[in-house]
Amino acid sequence: MQKITLPITDDVIRELKVGDSVSLTGVMITGRDAVHKWMIDTFVKKSRKPEGDDEAVYEALKPILDGGAIYHCGPVVAGLDTGAYSFVAAGPTTSIREEPYQADVMQHFNIKAVIGKGGMGPKTLAACSEVPGVYLHAIGGAASLIAQSVQQVLTVHKLDFGVPEAIWVIDVKDFPAVVTMDSHGGSVHVEVETQSKAQLDKLLAS
Amino acid sequence: MPDLTEAFLELVRLTSTDLPPDVEASLKRAREQEASGSAAQGALDTILENVTMARQNSTPICQDTGTPIFYVQHPPGWSTTKLKGQIRAAVAEATKRTYLRPNAVDTVTGKNSGNNLGDPSFPTIHFEEVEGEDLIVDLILKGGGCENVGAQYSLPNGRIGAGRNLEGVRKVVLDAVFNAQGKGCAPGVLGVAIGGDRGSSYYASKEALFRKLDDENTDAELAKLENRLTQDANQLSIGPMGFGGETTVLGVKAKSLHRLPASYFVSVSYMCWAHRRRRMTVRGDETTYE
Ligand code: SF4
Repeated sequence: MQKITLPITDDVIRELKVGDSVSLTGVMITGRDAVHKWMIDTFVKKSRKPEGDDEAVYEALKPILDGGAIYHCGPVVAGLDTGAYSFVAAGPTTSIREEPYQADVMQHFNIKAVIGKGGMGPKTLAACSEVPGVYLHAIGGAASLIAQSVQQVLTVHKLDFGVPEAIWVIDVKDFPAVVTMDSHGGSVHVEVETQSKAQLDKLLAS
Repeated sequence: MPDLTEAFLELVRLTSTDLPPDVEASLKRAREQEASGSAAQGALDTILENVTMARQNSTPICQDTGTPIFYVQHPPGWSTTKLKGQIRAAVAEATKRTYLRPNAVDTVTGKNSGNNLGDPSFPTIHFEEVEGEDLIVDLILKGGGCENVGAQYSLPNGRIGAGRNLEGVRKVVLDAVFNAQGKGCAPGVLGVAIGGDRGSSYYASKEALFRKLDDENTDAELAKLENRLTQDANQLSIGPMGFGGETTVLGVKAKSLHRLPASYFVSVSYMCWAHRRRRMTVRGDETTYE
């Protein structure tokens, strides 16, 4: 188990290889479908004009994401009525939905670690080599355990996207994950798919 | 008719926070089979630790508390309208208490209702009148990640070389497991329905998931199919979370329906390792859970 502190340097990223177990400590944000689309439309492609608190949120996120991590997660949060937020359950959600956006978002903000489940496709894998960055697979469904690793919810942005879709800024300690896509072009997902395909062909022929 | 809102609330809490013993035991056996120090074993360790933690703290096992699917068997004379009202009230309360995540999204506007109550079919509630005095309510929480990797096939299927027989069924189910890879939070449990029409077939594939992992199909042919499929699926070596490994599925549960001469459907519902399934029985004043 390798301990990693956010923000992450290029040297640390380059050392990570697929199959490595890591534990993360530091400040990161959650973001899923609505957030990625909002980032792309408003700040990367600029196909819509910033409105409301868009600019302010963008400025607040930039330093966190520079060398930082984005977590594909729609948490269960307590304290919604009082504002004293805490994470109750916070496992990863399926990452592949962000495939159209992820590479551009990584490049734009210099994001070093994308955390989620199920892996991502060729565009993101290429971005992992270029930025450089890694894809970290959290354990799907391990929601209570991961919530325990969240020491504090620092703030929330874009709560109007809904609780699961909002941008939660969290301070985590020893968040467990496995490197399944590295900055050298390696992908556990490609490997497993290739070997299971060979096995499937055998089973279909028998 | 008693007000069972509190009892339903407890059913939801239990289902969301306390994994059934048969599923946990099966995950423990799976852990023993993975190579020590592998990512697969690490994933199962984390899963098992998470299960214990969720039970102790009474917090959701997984944050995606899914679509609540209730199957209600009620004695003659009970009001299904009232039962439905009570179930919906319990679901809203369970959401407030964070046993459930707000999960009901209006498909047209994209707005989340905030309390898990959507149109009349969210949550999903099936009613059936049965003989006897007991009210039996089964609940599963069916997460989105695994629901998305479910599949339906119409046999024959030329691409896969699957004909209209149980051998054809075996082939398309394996195709579904391959396509799912680790995305449904493997190791999963497969509910498989053969026959029916498209609707009844998917419905039956969910019903099959209510069976315990260690029970055997009463139909000898289907029992054989279930065992073969479990073995074959595990040979795909997709492994926990798709990290590669020995355990890709924990079990397969199959159900057969009559079909039209012209149709032969196979439906696969994939249930993630977080197979949250519980039953509540009301007999007189007594309510029990299993
Ligand atoms: S597939 Fe199951 S375990 Fe995985 S995130 Fe969804 S509900 Fe949770």
